[in-house]
Amino acid sequence: MTSTRPAAGDGAGRFSASVEAAAVPLLGLAVSFALFGVFVAVAGANVGDVYYQMVRGSFGSWFSFQNTLVRAAPLMLTALCTALPAQVGLVVIGGEGALVLGALASVIAAHALGGANPWVVLFAMAGAGCVVGGAWIAAVGALRTLRGANETISSLLLNYIAIGVFKHVVEGPLRDPASLNKPSTRPIGEANALGAIPGLDVHWGLVYGLIGCLAAYVLMRRSAFGFAAKVIGGNARAAQLGGLAVSKIVIVTCALGGAAAGLAGMAEVAAVHGTANASIIVGYGYTGILVAFLARQHPLAIVPVAVLIGGVGASGGLLQRAEHLPDATVNVLQGILFVVILAIETLRGRLATFLPRARVTSESAPNPAAKAACSKAA
Amino acid sequence: MSAVPSPVAPPRRGSPPLLEADRLSKRFGNFLALDDVSLRVEPGRVHALLGENGAGKSTLVKCIMGYLTPDAGRIRLGDREVLPKSPRHAQSLGIGMVYQHFTLVPNMTVRENLVLSRPRLPFVVDWATERAALASFLARMPFQVDLEAPVRSLSAGEKQKIEILKQLYLESRVVILDEPTSVLTPAEADHVLSMLHQMARAGEISVVLITHKFREVTQFADEVTVLRRGRKVGHGGVGDLTPSAMADMMMGGASKSSSLPPSARSSEHEAPADERDRGTDEGAIGHARVLIDDLHAEDDLGVPALRGVTLEVRSGEIVGVAAIAGNGQEELVEVLAGQRMKTAGTVTVSGAEYEPKRAIMRALNVRCLPEEPLRNACVPTMSVADNMALRVFDEPRYTAMGWLLSRKKIAQTATTLVGEYGIRAPSIHTPIGRLSGGNVQRAVLARELEGKVDVLIAANPCMGLDFAAVAEIHARIRAARDRGAAVLLVSADLDEILALATRILVMSEGRIVYEAPLEGAEPAVIGKYMAGHGAHVAPDERHASS
Repeated sequence: MTSTRPAAGDGAGRFSASVEAAAVPLLGLAVSFALFGVFVAVAGANVGDVYYQMVRGSFGSWFSFQNTLVRAAPLMLTALCTALPAQVGLVVIGGEGALVLGALASVIAAHALGGANPWVVLFAMAGAGCVVGGAWIAAVGALRTLRGANETISSLLLNYIAIGVFKHVVEGPLRDPASLNKPSTRPIGEANALGAIPGLDVHWGLVYGLIGCLAAYVLMRRSAFGFAAKVIGGNARAAQLGGLAVSKIVIVTCALGGAAAGLAGMAEVAAVHGTANASIIVGYGYTGILVAFLARQHPLAIVPVAVLIGGVGASGGLLQRAEHLPDATVNVLQGILFVVILAIETLRGRLATFLPRARVTSESAPNPAAKAACSKAA
Repeated sequence: MSAVPSPVAPPRRGSPPLLEADRLSKRFGNFLALDDVSLRVEPGRVHALLGENGAGKSTLVKCIMGYLTPDAGRIRLGDREVLPKSPRHAQSLGIGMVYQHFTLVPNMTVRENLVLSRPRLPFVVDWATERAALASFLARMPFQVDLEAPVRSLSAGEKQKIEILKQLYLESRVVILDEPTSVLTPAEADHVLSMLHQMARAGEISVVLITHKFREVTQFADEVTVLRRGRKVGHGGVGDLTPSAMADMMMGGASKSSSLPPSARSSEHEAPADERDRGTDEGAIGHARVLIDDLHAEDDLGVPALRGVTLEVRSGEIVGVAAIAGNGQEELVEVLAGQRMKTAGTVTVSGAEYEPKRAIMRALNVRCLPEEPLRNACVPTMSVADNMALRVFDEPRYTAMGWLLSRKKIAQTATTLVGEYGIRAPSIHTPIGRLSGGNVQRAVLARELEGKVDVLIAANPCMGLDFAAVAEIHARIRAARDRGAAVLLVSADLDEILALATRILVMSEGRIVYEAPLEGAEPAVIGKYMAGHGAHVAPDERHASS
């Protein structure tokens, strides 16, 4: 027990609340892996072997763990693109669009700066990725708060637009004539590549991800700005009563989320591909949504969840080789995870074990009028 | 009435049964929503149930309709005792309800809606039979509707008629209508109500009409029962009661007028001397602090709700705005609180133009105590401490380096305020949504009254609270006034306004229509203006007994 406070009832309540916060996603994970087991069994593989290979392919060796971390790095940043707007109560799923446009912008920045100092080039690439990704999602926030457009739909549709713009530019104006089979932009150059973290085979994008999540945590849970965002997310009417600049805070929060996803795109270009091409569009933005939901939109919880989901992705190749399952098998697992996590969220607050005892009586008290309105509406 | 036999509506069986609710009580937590209330609906009569929001009207009919189970009391229908377990059960007993909001499916026709409302539908509907049955049913009705019209295309009044028709179609003999005219134009309202009146006259149905409009009661009801704060405070034939007498009973200023025998009234608490302290002490009242000039705003549907409100509040006084729900007072508070955009007009505080923005609110020391604090002034999922910091969390004394929150200072302030205001909470870290209504209101009051307060806007600050909490909150508001705050108090409770206000304004249909004199405010006169009968008050009546 972590709670030794005199206010035992409340301490226990908070403890049980945080246990519940962790228990629900863990239950979701367990259910998902069980369902996935059924799937691979139907596909003709040995369930035990599949899980063994998955663990081996993701965390089994130093090599595979580094592979996992490389995949986790962009997920941390794209997850922030959902988790940050979630703090102001928005469900944004536009990480993929912000990522590809961030990647495109960073390539353009690298080309524009030609032979400058690599540090300057990398800084400019990161800046361009953040600005473009940020503006993209800021537009979603602005459409929502100023025009009332549903942010989930608009961010989803903006993904398609972003991918279309990306392909148009990469296959058209910026296409490197030397890229024959796979249309790409000119490479950013070896000198400008984002290198590996010393002693690891993992690029610096992982550090971007870790810093991003930590910064998001400090901003959202420790700063006055985050407090205001939480008020808006919790009850916009109370935020208005406090005179908070609701629209501004919503737009800025969205911009920060978009900037994180744009930075992920920059890191993919600078560290992995060295150029912008369709290989960028592998769904890190969409998987980031899953990561954010599994982490319950908590910026720090994103880190371990991103590593876990990165590991699932990393094990795909081994499953293909050792179990003769299609490469896309891990996508099935991701899909199952997403559906189960969303479904199991509805259990929150209903698991009797975690219900504080006093709640039943105190909740019926406060507002007969509001309750009346509720039952009337029903 | 010579009826054609039909599968849906067999011929009527005499007059509707007597509906009697006997001494019903219902408690929510420690809030007594319904306290020993009896209601007797005579066959073929229109019985009005009058009362302000939160007076217990809805709770009473919900007990009758089976939404709620009363804690005590019995319900009798005809000569047998019933206990409706669900609205569907009540319906099967012949008690039907027409809700304030429509329950029709807009994309279906009237015919489809009527058939759909039947509790048991065959798997395949034989529309030819239904059409014939409905035609013969409609032929016996006092009004006609187009059965093939899609509901979407109907006006609000027509929809309301369909809702009533639906009850007749379902063979309800006692029809309860919850503020049926709130969505209707006056002409539509008259039409619908006179229709109900005629059907009751014809012995088709008995009607329970929930309303807070006196005009509807005097014109269309036979009997009236008045509820206030969960208690029955009056009952009588409509002919025996004047609107002002009903207003008195409904709003509470009843202790002075005597249009009813004392036995018909509940024992209102006698306010102690200091409860009546209205701060009319000359000299304490200062200069004009708040000037509202020709303020306009629209409601959620875009209908003008404020039509040029002009008023002034001076420092050290409490200006009470009395109004019956739906006359713009909610919108007035929302505009001042920043929850609604004004469409025209100006608000000036301490000589500066006021906009509900954080910096301006802080510079001009404007605070607000809205009604339903959990919905309007709190984040239910955030802790008591965080909610108490809502106004101040970004001030230098709660932040390091201008942006990093000091959780410790927030907790310290919350602990102090919780002690000072006697807020009962398991801890300051408990989500505020788990607290009782009184404690939520105390927490909001503590937050809003902390530090220097020049302007306090309070709306129904005591709605739904018990007596002790009411007295305490009133005392806090008075104390703020004594420290020089200009207080604008909007309340549906005339007693509250009479007890607190220095000056009383009456608001009706989005305008200030009456200002009661500083001394000798007459509840009966105020009630008439609130009820929209201001024009009919004779001049000599205004000055009577001051």
